[in-house]
Amino acid sequence: MIRLEKRPEPSRTMSYATPLLAVLATMVFGGFLFAFLGKDPIEAIITIFWDPLFGEFAFFYRPQLLVKAAPLILIAVGLALGFKAGIWNIGAEGQYIVGAICGAGVGLAFYPLESWVIFPLMALAGAFGGWAWAMIPAFLRVKFGTNEILVSLMLVYVAEQLLASMALGAMRNPEGRGFPGSRNLSQYESAHNAELIAGTGMHWGVVAALISVIFAYVLLTRHRLGFAIRVTGEAPRAARFGGVNPGRLILFCLGLSGLLAGLAGMLEVSGPAGQITIDFNVGYGFTAIIVAFLGRLNPLGILFAGLLMALTYIGGDIAQSQLGLPAAAIQVFQGMLLFFLLALDLFTNYRLGFGREAAA
Amino acid sequence: MTGALLALSGLTKAYPGVLANDDVSLSIAPGEVHALLGENGAGKSTLVKMIYGLVAPNAGRMEMNGAVFAPSDPRAARASGVGMVFQHFSLFDALSVAENIALGMEDPPKLRELSAQIRDVSETYGLPLSPDRIVGDLSAGERQRVEIIRCLLGKPRLLIMDEPTSVLTPQEVTILFETLRKLSAEGTAILYISHKLEEIRVLCDAATILRGGRVVGTCDPRETSARQMAEMMVGRVLAGPVREAPEPGPALLEIKSLSVPSPSAFGVSLKDVSFAVHAGEILGIGGVAGNGQDELLAILSGEWPCLPESVLFKGRDLSRMGPNARRGLGVLAAPEERLGHAAAPDMSLTENAMLTAADRQGLVSRGMLDWNRARDFAERVIGTFDVRTPGPANAARSLSGGNLQKFVIGREILQAPDVLMVNQPTWGVDAAAAAAIRQALLDLAKNGAGIVVISQDLDELMEISDRFAALNEGRLSAPQPTRKLDVEQIGLMLGGAHGMEVANV
Repeated sequence: MIRLEKRPEPSRTMSYATPLLAVLATMVFGGFLFAFLGKDPIEAIITIFWDPLFGEFAFFYRPQLLVKAAPLILIAVGLALGFKAGIWNIGAEGQYIVGAICGAGVGLAFYPLESWVIFPLMALAGAFGGWAWAMIPAFLRVKFGTNEILVSLMLVYVAEQLLASMALGAMRNPEGRGFPGSRNLSQYESAHNAELIAGTGMHWGVVAALISVIFAYVLLTRHRLGFAIRVTGEAPRAARFGGVNPGRLILFCLGLSGLLAGLAGMLEVSGPAGQITIDFNVGYGFTAIIVAFLGRLNPLGILFAGLLMALTYIGGDIAQSQLGLPAAAIQVFQGMLLFFLLALDLFTNYRLGFGREAAA
Repeated sequence: MTGALLALSGLTKAYPGVLANDDVSLSIAPGEVHALLGENGAGKSTLVKMIYGLVAPNAGRMEMNGAVFAPSDPRAARASGVGMVFQHFSLFDALSVAENIALGMEDPPKLRELSAQIRDVSETYGLPLSPDRIVGDLSAGERQRVEIIRCLLGKPRLLIMDEPTSVLTPQEVTILFETLRKLSAEGTAILYISHKLEEIRVLCDAATILRGGRVVGTCDPRETSARQMAEMMVGRVLAGPVREAPEPGPALLEIKSLSVPSPSAFGVSLKDVSFAVHAGEILGIGGVAGNGQDELLAILSGEWPCLPESVLFKGRDLSRMGPNARRGLGVLAAPEERLGHAAAPDMSLTENAMLTAADRQGLVSRGMLDWNRARDFAERVIGTFDVRTPGPANAARSLSGGNLQKFVIGREILQAPDVLMVNQPTWGVDAAAAAAIRQALLDLAKNGAGIVVISQDLDELMEISDRFAALNEGRLSAPQPTRKLDVEQIGLMLGGAHGMEVANV
């Protein structure tokens, strides 16, 4: 008989090995999925994981990797801080959208004035927008005990409606001949989040993502607030005994994750996306949840997880266009990654035992 | 005894670090109402859990009607005719009585039939209860009736009742006793667990008294006084180290008319609790767990808020201060629950040292944590209090209960508190470790700290406390000098604290 035995201490080895095992399991079962769809599984896996990095057109895809990974990492770092404390912000997508709207709004308000202060102001506005959007579930949770999972998630759909209304109304490009969507910020130098080194994909978002990783790492390992976050997640009563104010922690964690998501949104709208459109958001806020867990809620892990996720995005796009894999199959593939990660995570705290349990 | 319904012989059950039951034997005849007496931690619940198939004994045998009885789970126990009514109910508030009962049955009949059966049983045994009522609307006594009827529908031959009257009004107790007598007259044996000695004298035919996991005596409660039973429960008071009567120092911590409503349904409200702790003194607070001990400690430590001016330290109002502000002033606490409250299970001992010692030990400056100093402090706790662990990097949950307790208490003592409050300092701790912890508390008091020890272990309180008070249902009796109390008075204080009538003692 196979049983699960609780380990006396969480296994460090397993906690590092599970992300790799999860990636492997995803490759194997994703391979089955692609085979069922009538594609060559080996070729599909190679297309997704190898071609973007080392394939014939890698010079084109590699910068994309940074462009896609930056918002994922930026958002996931913020989410991970909350997740560690058991505070579940599922609505980063909404905060991302509102951050983009606020950031773009400031930029468009100055148009066509050129000044170096515009971009920093946009960044502040984007961060503030995301923060404010996240404070809605935070405040409701602290004040009325509502479930922040539901409230933050619902606010994503509110934010999407807001986005549509902005693209069609207040922020529509007056010179756009009636087409929905704002002016293109990439054509407005003061508001453009341009590549810092041409051809690398390196823009301010990448810088912000790296800074956020370092900031979160120091916070979690060296700062009292990070310790409060970790204790709250491990043992809420012990945290309270240790002097942690749970309400304040909720406000801080939701606020910070909203702030980073908003900043990511602003950097996206002013850079790679360029403009506010109805379909501006492509699910970074949700994928970041996977990234956060894939990175074991550890800032350094998230750095790698974000790059890996970006890889599956880009590789998935290539697989779609070259092999004709349906987009849904790619999404299932990405979902598998989280699924296997969570399933294998069990072995950090448990191990398999064989044979009958000794008499209790 | 011939024709015993249930006979237990030599039952032994060990948990890591504690022998919960040691060679326990008893027998119950059909129709007998048998009391199981003992302080908390005496092994009563372990014993009934073995009978009800929730845990398996390490040694010994059980016989039911002469045949070997070894239930592997509660279902097997129920099939053999054992029913149990737990102290805490497992009912769904949103469902009706009949639906709740159906949920607990393996093969429930149609709801209408079941309702008829429920009515039938409730009339037969004088337990007024309508099967259509929603459980959420019922009183505690009525909820208990649901549980009893659930058991009775299984036609048990032995009914185990765990502290059944703790939630009942006097009127409900009267009804319950009539039901139990009726059952007994029909031949159903009842194993009745309670601390309330007067109840047992009125209701039970026989009593077995447990202490420290062993049977320390049996008696006929109708012919034994509550005083004698209390003596058996508490045992002889050990002549502890004679303590000089301390000079009553200035009052450090004062609690004034503290009343706090319970935040949860199963919690206890504190009602008008007042006491003072003086420098160099140990105040012992006795009483059965679940009478407000956890709540009292949470309020004293600052985890729960209370009304202004009800908790004062050297005349300064602490009521609005959180745990860290109180620590800063020198008011420290160690809660009962080691894993998950006093310590975070999956975190290392270094991290757990940081949990409460950050400010007082200078482990933090401008919000940045100094892990090296935290590790040094953890090592100091480990060394001073002989905590058995490979090192401070080990997770708290990898330590045995006694070792973790030494760590948790040591962590607070080494911070040189002015006032220390501990809940169950030696619960589940082996004798040597318990002695070390008690000695450390005595030493701390000698150096001028005021200490509050909340404990269910009366021997412990008699040994180390200068004054003694009993906590019951959120009320605290007036503290009395311990030296002037003997077993009898303490037994009666506790008994009286349980609302027991002592007129005929």
